[in-house]
Amino acid sequence: MKDEDIFDEMWGRHETLRQPYNLFKHWFDGEEPARLRAKQREAEELFRLTGITFNVYGRAEAEERLIPFDIVPRIISGLEWQRLSRGIEQRVRAINAFLHDIYHGQEIIKSGRLPERMIADNDAFLPHMIGVNPPGGVYTHIVGIDLVRTDDNQFYVLEDNARTPSGVSYMLENRETMLQMFPELFASNRVKRVETYPSDLRSSLSACAPPGAGSSPTVAVLTPGIYNSAYFEHAFLADQMGVELVEGHDLSVVDGRVAMRTTQGYQPIDVLYRRVDDDFLDPLNFNPDSALGVPGIMDVYRAGGITIANAPGTGIADDKAIYSYMPEIVEFYTGERPLLENVPTWRCSEPDALAYVLDNLEELVVKEVHGSGGYGMLIGPTATRKDIAEFRKKLRARPANYIAQPTLALSTVPVFSRAGLSPRHVDLRPFVLVSPQKVNITPGGLTRVALKKGSLVVNSSQGGGTKDTWVLED
Amino acid sequence: MTMQLTIDHTTTYRFEEPVHTGLQQLRLTPMTTHFQTVSNWVVYVDGGHLDLGFFDHHRNHVDLVTLDREATEVVIRCRGDIETTDTNGVVGRHFDPAPLWLFRRQTDRTRIGPAIRRLARQVEGETELARMHNLMAVIAGAVEYNTGSSAPDWTAEDVATEGHGVCQDHAHVFIACARELNMPARYVSGYLMMDDREEQDAMHAWAETHIEGLGWVGFDVSNAMCPDERYVRVATGLDYPDAAPVTGTRIGGSSEALSVQIQVAQQQ
Amino acid sequence: MLGKTANGLYWMYRYLERAEATSRLVETGQRIALTRLGSSDAEWRSILQTAGMLQSFEASDEEVTKDAAIDWMLRSRANPSSVLTSIEGARQNARLVRTALTHEVWEAVNGCYMTAREVLARKVGERDLPKVMGEIRQRTALVRGATHGTMMRNDIYNFARIGTFLERADNTARILDVKYYVLLPTVMSVGSSIDNVQWETILRSVSARGGFRMTYGNDYDPGDIASFLILDRRMPRSLAFCVGKIRDNLEHLCRTYGTTPESLARVSYIQDRYLTRDIDSVFDDGLHQYIQTVLSLIGGLGAQIEIDYRFYE
Repeated sequence: MKDEDIFDEMWGRHETLRQPYNLFKHWFDGEEPARLRAKQREAEELFRLTGITFNVYGRAEAEERLIPFDIVPRIISGLEWQRLSRGIEQRVRAINAFLHDIYHGQEIIKSGRLPERMIADNDAFLPHMIGVNPPGGVYTHIVGIDLVRTDDNQFYVLEDNARTPSGVSYMLENRETMLQMFPELFASNRVKRVETYPSDLRSSLSACAPPGAGSSPTVAVLTPGIYNSAYFEHAFLADQMGVELVEGHDLSVVDGRVAMRTTQGYQPIDVLYRRVDDDFLDPLNFNPDSALGVPGIMDVYRAGGITIANAPGTGIADDKAIYSYMPEIVEFYTGERPLLENVPTWRCSEPDALAYVLDNLEELVVKEVHGSGGYGMLIGPTATRKDIAEFRKKLRARPANYIAQPTLALSTVPVFSRAGLSPRHVDLRPFVLVSPQKVNITPGGLTRVALKKGSLVVNSSQGGGTKDTWVLED
Repeated sequence: MTMQLTIDHTTTYRFEEPVHTGLQQLRLTPMTTHFQTVSNWVVYVDGGHLDLGFFDHHRNHVDLVTLDREATEVVIRCRGDIETTDTNGVVGRHFDPAPLWLFRRQTDRTRIGPAIRRLARQVEGETELARMHNLMAVIAGAVEYNTGSSAPDWTAEDVATEGHGVCQDHAHVFIACARELNMPARYVSGYLMMDDREEQDAMHAWAETHIEGLGWVGFDVSNAMCPDERYVRVATGLDYPDAAPVTGTRIGGSSEALSVQIQVAQQQ
Repeated sequence: MLGKTANGLYWMYRYLERAEATSRLVETGQRIALTRLGSSDAEWRSILQTAGMLQSFEASDEEVTKDAAIDWMLRSRANPSSVLTSIEGARQNARLVRTALTHEVWEAVNGCYMTAREVLARKVGERDLPKVMGEIRQRTALVRGATHGTMMRNDIYNFARIGTFLERADNTARILDVKYYVLLPTVMSVGSSIDNVQWETILRSVSARGGFRMTYGNDYDPGDIASFLILDRRMPRSLAFCVGKIRDNLEHLCRTYGTTPESLARVSYIQDRYLTRDIDSVFDDGLHQYIQTVLSLIGGLGAQIEIDYRFYE
């Protein structure tokens, strides 16, 4: 890709400073690079001491890594954000309506908008959810929508995260770190607050409690345990919300409720924010070998005795094969044109699409339908011939397992490097809270940045970093 | 055409080592429908307690039982009266929350292999109904009813390969073949009034398939007939584990011994 | 509070206390080796035994040398009570109960862990030993300070303290159990330099030389030492002090929760029956017998606390 193909969020396409970065640029020019370098190190020390780390799968337990943090904020104007958040809200409402429909009448299939096999042949469809009415009608209490930008006014949804989106703790800690290190920046720029997220999360979850829960429902966070890659975040959120952080073996079904073992006996839980996958949630009803879950929790759930956030079975909405139908889904349930665009997607299950993809592998990104974290993915333009040949084989063997998309010219935002400000590709994951009363979108979200020059892979598991994300008050 | 039945069903588990913790799901409560009216149905448990009840995704009534700590014996007893009507096996329109396509999905227990495929290929008939009757006959001819001759975890393919089994196995083979023929099919667990005796040592099982125009229709391969007024429908599912009368998980309580006593009597 | 959280707090502070106790024993050992001319390997055997690590060390098939013993006590991952594994254990439990800790306590324990990993990454040479031990002790002291300065005096704090004092009582009792014979009046030979060294070892291993001098002057008397370590409630590592503290903590929990569990009865029994008497009657009963009884009662108390407060399912 040539430089002029790429939109830089600070400099646009033609080296003209974009308005949201005015004050920042002014500040930056007045700073000594040496001081900023020292600040960058200070930030890392802060992260290490606070223990903001993630565990790397398949390595020794002691392997806790920092996600690199870059001190240059990613800045979005209030107007840009307003447009984006309308689109996000529309999409999240549609996802929720879709989930309700899929586990009830399946009108969207009857209407012919979505082929039956997309659900019938999909492992993410959870029969145990059929006919369940989750408290408050909410399926996806917490959603992360992954966005990429290619131009001034062009955002695309790359992926919906409707199961257990992670990363919100980095959004919060990044802001906290910036506030501590550069308080003067926040005095001059009017940046919308993200710090209320934990209390918003708690009230949003409480608002989804089962009807019998009373005025202050008991909320708890369920973690797979300290070896989970996101354990820091689980502990962080429980701490910030002021609720218990529990593991499966702390919980039992007692007197028809899910209850936690406390020093004073069992105490029932009303809302469980679980960070454990469906499969492992209930060894009585799902994977009998799971030691992470709570036997019988699905029974209590079906009986209306607990809220599980997110609801089991929401994976059917963020499956990459379903993703390609999101424009139809948004229209079907909201009756409106989608405000946010999907990346054009070829479903390799369709022969014509497959043929096109096989012919153009060098230019496309191919993704596994059920993969995540940037694994099992081919990025045509940077792939070796051998990689491409291998993927060609895989595609021919199991075409329905893959989708393909054009390689987007992701926008860049500068990072602070030895050479000063250098552009690096970014994406954005805003976090959305859903309750019966409202859809609450935290202004900004998590900006992930590919730290290698020219790289499009922003995943932290593959060397990506993060930035503080600012939405300005206009 | 109608029949008054009284059912009394006791399941006893004995453990050599006491139970530490355990849960059991009971699918033991028949529902009132247009062909069976249930009255005075009660479920009691000794050595555990009923914690909650709910309807599962097949609209079965499920009771969740927590086993008592240190229990060495758990007794589950249910009893009640049922008035049944003969409908020639026709259960009727599909109005469950589960979509029909779900019943075309094979499960671990009905996953097909060459033996099932061979059976399905033999099926003939002009209409769906005729083909399903023919399927029942084909299976009855190929899989001999023989108590104690199969293992409880056999798959349909195992049964079709071995050529013998009990009612559960017949039902699995029927379901697997019907689905192979692209017909929605499901497993039914229930009771059967026997003409020659009241005491039984197991529940009965049969299959249902969805036929255009009729809806769900039952087929009992073991007795080579469609259910009549002697049949009581208790629970349905995609296969046995989905509809089983008792499923559970337990820590402690090793060396389980199970005994079942069932009485299905016609009221005089 | 979750039972698991109580358990995690209890173990976090037990491990911290253990790390301190072990590092103190390493220093004591080195100190004695410096002041003695003869073979010090036998002395290291005794130190390992005092730390409760002799069996596991022997199982590792290494010869008892000064270097091997120090490394085993400080850094060995095969040794579940080495300073490094103890600090890792403390930090692991701190992660588990992070929501119960203040930010300051978490940072202190995380900082302690990072320091320990750094300074114990390689074998510690004799010359560096005092500096390394000093750094670690400073770090654990920082955790204690943050605990005192920032934690609410609620059930969280009390479980943390119970862990601290149970471990400490256990350590002191074990030292007495291994060294009891030098405290017996029958072998008392006043002025013998051998015994002086032994007595000093005991006092050093509980950081009590200064305290003892302050109380009894410069003359070591085994009866005084025994009394000081067992019965003196002013001495923060004595059995009476530790058990008294555990009793206070349990009473606090009883008031908070409105229950009177079995463990409170047990701690009262230990205190009233064994720790409120004079040292002569202890000697009359037989010092060794007495210490073993108290050691097993303290073990039983720990197990009862786990049951009373549902540490495990």
